[in-house]
Amino acid sequence: MQRTTMDLWVGLFVMAGIGALLFLALKVGNMGTYSAADSYTLVGDFENIGGLKVRAPVKSAGVVVGRVTDIQLNTETFDAEVTMSIDTRYRFPKDTFASILTAGLLGEQYIGMAAGGDETSLKNGDKIMKTNSAIILENLIGQFLFNKASEGNESGSNKN
Amino acid sequence: MPRRIAVGIRGVGHRIIDSVWRLGYASRFFLLTLLKSGTSFRRFGLIIRELYFTAVLSLIIIVVSGLFVGMVLGLQGYETLQRFGAESAVGTMVALSLVRELGPVVAALLFASRAGSAITAEIGLMKATDQLAAMEMMAVDPISRVVAPRFWAGVISMPFLAALFSVVGVFGGYLIAVVVIGVDEGSFWSQMQNAVDFRYDIVNGVIKTCVFGVAVTAIAVFEGYDASPTAEGVSGATTRTVVTSALVILGLDFVLTSVMFRGMS
Repeated sequence: MQRTTMDLWVGLFVMAGIGALLFLALKVGNMGTYSAADSYTLVGDFENIGGLKVRAPVKSAGVVVGRVTDIQLNTETFDAEVTMSIDTRYRFPKDTFASILTAGLLGEQYIGMAAGGDETSLKNGDKIMKTNSAIILENLIGQFLFNKASEGNESGSNKN
Repeated sequence: MPRRIAVGIRGVGHRIIDSVWRLGYASRFFLLTLLKSGTSFRRFGLIIRELYFTAVLSLIIIVVSGLFVGMVLGLQGYETLQRFGAESAVGTMVALSLVRELGPVVAALLFASRAGSAITAEIGLMKATDQLAAMEMMAVDPISRVVAPRFWAGVISMPFLAALFSVVGVFGGYLIAVVVIGVDEGSFWSQMQNAVDFRYDIVNGVIKTCVFGVAVTAIAVFEGYDASPTAEGVSGATTRTVVTSALVILGLDFVLTSVMFRGMS
């Protein structure tokens, strides 16, 4: 079999294609920064997860340390059971606080981890004991209106 | 009058039975192509030759269209996102639309009209000029010698072409958003990298392109092989290749998207 110029062009094409796939993986995608290969899972029970979705980031001090992998409803406690996979590079103390936060006013929801001071750290499959639910805007507004109304009643009764 | 209605109904039934018949023939042809593709892998030079004609010669149209699609996405994305003060997310929008949908779909549509039609016309003309019959006379199987290399060349080249399309598109979006409009370069790339997941977005996009590659080239080689051996027949087969491929690509894209990206809803 002889080498032809056609082979050269096809070789260039395949190289360009593989280069494009690598570019997509490393520069466009986030494979360079985070891989799910070496990670451990943590579970947290939340009273209300608001708009949290699977694949939402888990952040600590603003750094993405993992992702939410599964959300289930626990039918015994009626809490939401959120499973997240955390990069093995990051270890958290036992008394870490996990709360559901919102990025910006209309941004996506994520789990924020605030580390505590415990000596032992959470292991694979452990449950995070201290959790904070998502803030539901409707509940806040309801509470605010309720407070306003009761204030109005108080001031009204004072006049009489 | 009743006679005319009967003829009309008979015509409809005839067309339905005919298309079912053709579908069965196409499936058998597809399986036969897969079974007989061993030879073309042993003689890889045949596939290299077809790769040159289908993939390398499609590069220009793929790259130029990718650039323009990316530039349009950059412009439109900026125009919409700046209303919400989220113009730094334009990179995310460009990359996600390209990697998930536009890259695979538009590249496959272009591939069908550039390479698919050429494959159909070539095989159809070979049939019209009795070249396929001559091969059979020489005990050379036309499916393993003519059809299988073209099929595999198309299947191999499609993911690369779509990846190139997406990359050039992202570059076009970068040109418009960062260089021309002046979105911050750092947030353009970092937001993109935050939002595009390797397994979820890129691997699913590549799976899509593989499926489209198989569908488009299978349609193209079948239409060419099945063309009636006249000038009119070949032109009709070429048209059918482009039309059927486009419909199949868009339909399959809906199915694949609803299977792959259901978690986001």
